[in-house]
Formats: sequence, C-alpha cells, structure tokens
Amino acid sequence: MISYDIVVIGGGPAGLAAAVEAGKCGGVSVLVIERDRELGGILQQCIHNGFGLHIFKEELTGPEYAERFIKELNELNIEYKLNTMVIDITSDKVITAVNPKDGLIKIKAKAVVLAMGCRERTRGALNIPGMRPAGIFTAGTSQRFVNMEGYMVGKNIVILGSGDVGLIMARRLTLEGAKVQLVAEVLPYPGGLTRNIVQCLEDYDIPLLLSHTVVEICGKERVEGVVIAKVDENRKPVLGTEKYYPCDTLLLSVGLIPENELSQKAGIMLDPVTGGAVVNESMETSIEGIFACGNVLHVHDLVDYVTEESKNAGRNAVKYVKSEISRGGPKMIAKAKKGVRYIVPQVIRLDNIDKAAVLSMRVDNIYKDSKLVVKIGDKTIKEIKKRYLRPGEMERITINKGALSEASDSVISVEVSEVV
Amino acid sequence: MTDIAIIGAGVVGCSIARELSKYDLKTVLIEKESDVGEGASKANSAIIHAGYDAKPGTLKAKFNVLGNPMYDAISSELDVIFKRVGSLVIALDDDEMQTLHKLYYQGIANGVPDMEIIGGKKVLKMEPNLSKDIKGALYAPTAGIICPMELTVALAENAVDNGVELMPDSKVTDIKRLDSGYRIFMGEKYVDTKYVINCAGLYSDEINNMVAPPQFKIIPRRGQYNIFDKNYGDFVKTVIFPCPSKLGKGILVSPTIHGNLLIGPDAEDLEDKNATNTTLNGLNTIRHGADRSAANIPYKNIITNFAGLRPKPDTDDFVIGESKFAKGFINVAGIESPGLTSAPAIAVYVVGILKDINGGLIEKEDYIPRRRKRIRFEELDDSEKDALIKKDPRFAKVICRCETVTEGEIIDVIRRNVGARTLDGVKKRARPGSGRCQGGFCSPRVIEILARELKCDISDIKKGNHNSYVLIKEDAFPVRAAALGREQCPDQVKSRGSSNMEDGNTQSGSAKGVGL
Ligand SMILES: Cc1cc2nc3c(=O)[nH]c(=O)nc-3n(C[C@H](O)[C@H](O)[C@H](O)COP(=O)(O)OP(=O)(O)OC[C@H]3O[C@@H](n4cnc5c(N)ncnc54)[C@H](O)[C@@H]3O)c2cc1C
Ligand SMILES: Cc1cc2nc3c(=O)[nH]c(=O)nc-3n(C[C@H](O)[C@H](O)[C@H](O)COP(=O)(O)OP(=O)(O)OC[C@H]3O[C@@H](n4cnc5c(N)ncnc54)[C@H](O)[C@@H]3O)c2cc1C
Repeated sequence: MISYDIVVIGGGPAGLAAAVEAGKCGGVSVLVIERDRELGGILQQCIHNGFGLHIFKEELTGPEYAERFIKELNELNIEYKLNTMVIDITSDKVITAVNPKDGLIKIKAKAVVLAMGCRERTRGALNIPGMRPAGIFTAGTSQRFVNMEGYMVGKNIVILGSGDVGLIMARRLTLEGAKVQLVAEVLPYPGGLTRNIVQCLEDYDIPLLLSHTVVEICGKERVEGVVIAKVDENRKPVLGTEKYYPCDTLLLSVGLIPENELSQKAGIMLDPVTGGAVVNESMETSIEGIFACGNVLHVHDLVDYVTEESKNAGRNAVKYVKSEISRGGPKMIAKAKKGVRYIVPQVIRLDNIDKAAVLSMRVDNIYKDSKLVVKIGDKTIKEIKKRYLRPGEMERITINKGALSEASDSVISVEVSEVV
Repeated sequence: MTDIAIIGAGVVGCSIARELSKYDLKTVLIEKESDVGEGASKANSAIIHAGYDAKPGTLKAKFNVLGNPMYDAISSELDVIFKRVGSLVIALDDDEMQTLHKLYYQGIANGVPDMEIIGGKKVLKMEPNLSKDIKGALYAPTAGIICPMELTVALAENAVDNGVELMPDSKVTDIKRLDSGYRIFMGEKYVDTKYVINCAGLYSDEINNMVAPPQFKIIPRRGQYNIFDKNYGDFVKTVIFPCPSKLGKGILVSPTIHGNLLIGPDAEDLEDKNATNTTLNGLNTIRHGADRSAANIPYKNIITNFAGLRPKPDTDDFVIGESKFAKGFINVAGIESPGLTSAPAIAVYVVGILKDINGGLIEKEDYIPRRRKRIRFEELDDSEKDALIKKDPRFAKVICRCETVTEGEIIDVIRRNVGARTLDGVKKRARPGSGRCQGGFCSPRVIEILARELKCDISDIKKGNHNSYVLIKEDAFPVRAAALGREQCPDQVKSRGSSNMEDGNTQSGSAKGVGL
C-alpha cells in the first residue's frame, strides 16, 4: 500500500483547484487521481467561451480555464495519475484504484477530497415512453462526440430540457449545420442561465417551448420523431395537446446528478435535495478528513464558483492533516426556508471561520423584484435585493464572522421574500 | 444441402441449435436481425418459473416443469449466472387465498417440488417491503432468475463453437418445397435443407403459412416494464407475483440477476408485431399493479423502461411438432411464457422428434458442453483483479463506470464466436450501458472499441439492428471545414490552445488542433 497525505479523486476543475491550493499551503504530499486520459474534467469538452469571468476577469474556453490550473499543478510538482479509476473508498480512507500501468493499487490517505463531478439524467430516469432507437443522447454525451471525437450526432434535432449544456449544444449543432427545431422544457421557466438562453437560442431563432415535454419517442431503428405535449401545473401532460415532430435526434438536457456512488460506499451522509454530501464550513463530509467540492457536492452552473469552493476544500484538507481543524466550539445549522431549495454548507462551526462564511443555494422558482433574507433564529441579519432569482442560477451569500459570532440562536436560515 | 435449418435465433432456436450440435449434423441458424435474441427473448421477466401456473396436461406445464431443473447444468456449463431465489404468489384477501390453494394443487399435479403455503406474517418477515394486507403466499423455492440476453447469446455461442452456422441479417422471405427437403429464401439468398425447424416467435405463423395451410395465429401481447437503480436491488429478495388473473400471471416485483429491481409486465393484445414501444398507459398500469403488492416502490430511481411482445398462439398452448401438411417441417411456435423456462426441455423434445423422423442421429465425439468462461472483473477479489491486470492491462481500463466493465471484457465479447457487433450487442453480453447512466458515459468509449476491433469508422457503428447508426455518416461540419480552411468561425469559439490535448492522446483525428 502506498500513502499520501491528501488524495484528490477527480481531476476536473474541482479536483485541480483543491490540489493546487493544498500544494500552495505546502508541507503535504498530494496525489490527484483521474480516470480520463487527461486532466480538466468536463471542461475539456466545453470549447465555447465564458469560463473564468469571475476569477480571471476574462472569458476563457473550458480547456483554457483548465490549462491554467494544470500549469500550476505542474509547477507545484503535484503528482497525478491518469487513466486511473477509483473503484472503492473506505471510511478509514483506503482508496482502491485500477490503471493499466500499476494494476490494482491501494492507497492510504490521511485526507481525501472527493471531486468526482456529476452525471447526466437520462431518458430512462425520466421514464419517457416509446421506442428505444439510436439517436437519443444526453447533451453532454453529444458534446463529447461533437467536440472531442469530431462526429455529428444528428441533422434534425429536438432538445428536451433547457439546461445549460443543452442550450450550448443547440448553438453548437446549429453552427455545424444541423437543424435544431426547438427546445422543450417541462417547467414554466428555463433551466439554464439567461445568457445562454439569449446567446444560444434567441440569437439563432430556436424556439423554447416552456411547460412542454416529450411524451413519446418514435422510430424502430433511428429516431423518426417525438411527440410533444403541453403539461399542466403538476407537470402532467395535457390530453389533446400532443403534436408530432419529425426528427432524427433527441438530445436531453434534463439535469445533472452528483456522482456519489463512491461516497456511499464509504458511508458518507448525503443530502437528499442536492444529491451530494452533507458538509460543514470546511467542506468536510460526515466522515472526518473526507472533503467534497464541485459538482459532486452540488451542481454548479459556473466553474468559477467550483474553483472557489474547491480551494476551500483543499485548504481545509491540509489543515486536517496538520490537525488544525477545530472540532468543538459553537455550531450553526443552515436551513433552507421558503423559496430556497437547499444551502451548502449545511453546518457551520464558527471556530473554523476566518473572516466570513459563504452560503451557496438555489431557489425553487422564478422570483422577480424580491429579496433573499438571511436570519439567525428570528432575527434578520442580512437582506439582498434581487431583480431576478432563478433556479438555474446559483446564489451565493457571504456572511461575516462578526454576524455569526454575535448570534444567539444556532439556526441560520435563508428565505425568499417577495417585495411588492 | 444442410441437414437442418432453424429459423429464429431466440432462446428457443438457440437452445435447439445447441442441442443439435451434439450430433453429427450440418445445422444453420437463420436470424433476421443483426444479433441473436432480439425478439421476446430479450424483453421478458427473466424468471425461470417453478411450474404451477399452467394447466395440468398442457405442453406449457410439461416443459416448464422439465425445463426448470435443467438450468443448474446450463448455467454452469455456459457460465451464465442463475439464482434460485424462489417465488411468492401473494394473496391479499380470502378469495385470493383460495386461488393460492388451487395453484398449489395445480403445482402438485404438474410435479412442482417443495411448494408451501405460508401465512402473512411469515411472508412479511421474508419480504418486509410487501403490502401489510398480505394474508398469505404460495412459496416455490425452485423459481429462479437469469439474464435471458446472456443466456441466449451463450447458447448460440456454444452451438457455434460446436459447428452450427449462424446466419444473422437473414430474413426468411419464402420457403419452397424440394423433392426432398426445402429451399429457404432470404431475399436473394437461399439455403437448401432436409429439415426445417420454425422458431420464429411472433412470425412463426407466417413461416408456417409459407409451406402449410394456416393452423394457428400468433397475436402479439405486449408487456411493459420498469427497471430501478441497483441501490434498490434488495427491495425484494424473491420474485413476487400477485394472484393470477385471466390475463396471466400479473404484474411482478422482482430482483434481477444483476441486482436491479424490476416491475412489470402488463398484458395488452395488439395487431402490430413491431410495437415494442412503451406507453404512458402501460407504464401507469404496471405501477398500479406493483403498488398493490408492495409499499413504497422507489419510483424516483427508475433507470429505464422497456416492452416485450409475447408470441401468443390462438390455440392457447405451445405449438410443437412436425406439420401434418409438410414432412420434415417442425413447428416450435407460439412459445409465450413460460418459454424461457421451457426452452431447454423443448430443445430435447424437438431433437427427439428429429430422431424419429430421421431414424436416429449420430452423436458427435468432440462435442464441448462448456462455453469458455467470461471474465467478470467486478466480481473478482482484489488479488484476482491484480493478477488479471498484470496479464492484460486492458482489464484495468474501466469503460462502464456504473457496472464496472473493463475494456478487456468488452474486447472479449466482441472477439468470441457470436461476438458483439453493435452497442446493444456489447451491452447484452457485458452490460456497459445497462446501469444508471444508461450509456451516457461509456457509449462513446464502447463505440471507439467496436470500431477499432471491427476495423471500421466509428460512424459505421450501430446501436442495434439494420439502420440504427449512432452517428451521422457524412461530414456535416461546416464550422470545422471552415476552420480547416483557416477561416474565422462564426461562433465565438476560440482555439483550444491547450498543449495538454496534443500530447499523444488517442483523439480521433479531425477535432484535434483545428481550432475547435
Ligand atoms: C456537460 C457540461 C457542460 C458545462 N458547461 C459549462 C459552461 O459552459 N460554463 C460554466 O461555467 N460551467 C459549465 N459547466 C459546469 C462546470 O463545468 C462544472 O461545474 C465543473 O466542470 C465541475 O467541476 P468538477 O471538477 O466538479 O467536475 P468535472 O469537471 O465533471 O470533473 C470530475 C472529474 O472526476 C473524474 N472522476 C469521476 N469519478 C472518478 C473516479 N471514480 N476515479 C477517478 N476519477 C474520477 C472525472 O473523470 C472528471 O474528470 C458544465 C458542466 C457540464 C457537466
Ligand atoms: C413480456 C414477456 C414476459 C415474459 N416472461 C417470461 C418469464 O418470466 N419466464 C419465462 O419462462 N418466459 C417468459 N416469457 C416468454 C419468453 O420470453 C418466450 O417464450 C421466449 O423468449 C420465446 O423464445 P423464441 O425463441 O420462441 O422467440 P423469440 O425470442 O421472439 O425469437 C424468435 C426469433 O425469430 C426471428 N425471426 C422472426 N421471423 C423471422 C424470419 N422471417 N426470418 C428469420 N428470423 C426470424 C426473430 O427475429 C427472433 O429473433 C415472457 C415473454 C414476454 C414477451
């Protein structure tokens, strides 16, 4: 068995940022394990630009963004293994991985950072009825085929779901000569970022059908068409509104699911809303010394925030190895209230907050001219006015340590208040 | 001239082919699809039934009870996983309890061993997720579960190992009588044969009608299913049936051999023999049916749905035997449930018929009953895994993350006899794409391996049969073409400009380093 102070599982932006930050703190040995043939994670197939606006104040493509961190990783001489799949983690931090060079390896880590990213929801998970022909892709898979393998997935395309990846692919496939007929979204509002709705659909005259869904897939061998119907408030198809759209391809952009099978093997507690681990202010999971960040923790829309969150995880992994994390002390529970679906982190231990804590969250609907209200107990400590709140855009609130230490209650909550 | 032509490579045709491969005969197995097991044999409940369902005296009862015990040897010889998990037919009221007793005595008459009627409390102890209203159940410990896809492939592979010739992509379009025997046309192609065995499932009536007057009709009776995530594979441990009704055995809740949870099927008579589509109604029906048996079925964790068509004969029993109107033409038709269970016994019986017609058959000396073992990486222990990887590093490349299937296993199922040629073919044999991500992660990688192994372009790879190409064949990339011509792309897309991409990664050519 080999050993490292910190093992980072996943070499996407989350894993890279965590590793680089740990490396910068110094004094620890770090290993990054990546199952793909290169570092960078999902960014390597995101060849459009729009990454890094917050962190680098410039617009980079996905691979360019990743490259900055890969460069730092190399400058810090941080070790990494490619083509290496982690197949097991135990609660006492023994990692089992396989790769063609070393065979089956066991690694003992003092601290582990989980950064495995997410996977896409499928047609099966939506239980869409119909045939099962070729020509049904998740948006991310189609992105890989088009951007990395250099092959087209179809010519006449319908997209179900208005997640960001689907929107990006609507534009990408249009530019490559395909006809993207429409995007159907079951919710009454779009799932992706507004900038993507404008730049990927509106600019190309691709209609977005809100409150619509695919109710049947037709075609025995290749997709020949889909039936789309309107849905009611309960997202149930409305009888009589079905319309047949001939097409050869159906892309699905219907949500991402944090990839936590390994975390479950280790016995880590998951949050049923995020699908990711329950973590504290240090991004530490229910198992001491195992940290989580990025899309494996909760689905992000902007990679910049992944990077920030992951730096925090990396920094705290080092602290853990050096026994610098405070275990006792006052503790607060973060509660998502009216209009807010979840808050990450779920627990805040005040002794481990330097200057401020960042709460990440998503709302459950579109709100116009409203406020996010942060309360400790019944007392409002912060209000943030928002012209728009959208489920597709993650909200982040910074709470100063001062406000937290003065608290007289152990519950910090966030809710949406609609200002009239 | 060949001795025997089997039409239809479902579990029945493949079982017969394997049984015949024990004898010194020239046998061809003709299949219209690109792979074996593309009909009812790939979309069913996967249960090896105990045998109490069918009326005593029917062929269904006879072959069910004969077939069931044969599965221990089959699974070991062919290296197909099979588990006798037992089945429970549950009763929710007194009427249903009466039905259980009838079933029990029917089972006794059929010769089913070890059955037992047990009380509600005991049932709930065995299966705590079942409905609290349960009064009792008929327990049959000999019922089992299997992977029908792997079974069919393994039967075919072993038959081919023993000299049977498989003809895929060959749809029988007509049959003409010869002086002795038959000429079977598959479009332009034909095969001359002494004997014909008609195992064409849904189409076995049409095949019969090519040489004889119509004696039976096959009605497609559809059944739909949902499969759930492996996290819920132990939701039930035995196969749970409701009390049977006119329409059949009812909607079951069952573990699958690969550790998923399965619910279905409904029963719907159709006209269209191609209607393997699922429907909103059908999926709702199985949900209601399953809810009657079990509480809290984890519907949020469905990973896929599918439908199968039972080849239902209007005679209500299997049609097995030499045609009265065509010498040497043997029907094995209308093999609906329990056809999977019955297949090995039917095969032995059909070979008996041939022996009679032919005046005996000569046994081969070099028949190999065993199929070369398949490697299942996930099931090995750590030291076995390590040893395997040291021998062949491709077993360290995990291609399917949900089912932990390695490149080595995929290459193996492509290179075997009756090897995989398509995405579905690989999935059938080694399971990549059957897990919770449904191929989102592995399909690009499996396509790459298929193209490499079959020495073709990845755009030539199909999902399944005939025209099911996954990718678009011709170059439809104006932006890439523009970039290759060093023109500015219309998108704000910038150059990848990443040194990381260039260093020897096995990217397929065109997208690499061209500013996209
Ligand atoms: C298809 C897609 C398109 C996106 N487009 C945009 C965009 O346009 N703009 C934007 O700002 N954000 C975008 N995002 C969001 C952003 O890219 C992600 O938030 C970010 O990549 C998440 O980083 P991550 O490191 O958590 O996950 P990932 O980038 O997914 O990285 C996870 C890494 O872990 C590896 N891994 C997983 N399991 C194992 C294991 N068992 N063993 C070894 N390695 C493992 C994976 O191979 C992968 O490299 C997109 C996300 C997706 C999924
Ligand atoms: C919903 C459902 C649930 C079931 N559950 C069970 C169960 O739990 N247990 C059980 O024991 N049984 C079960 N069965 C029954 C079992 O699946 C079938 O009895 C069995 O698969 C029949 O096998 P087969 O080979 O006769 O038919 P098939 O598998 O349909 O094979 C017929 C083959 O013939 C080919 N063919 C047809 N026409 C031509 C042609 N013109 N030229 C060349 N080839 C042709 C087809 O392509 C096909 O491959 C179930 C069936 C269904 C549909």
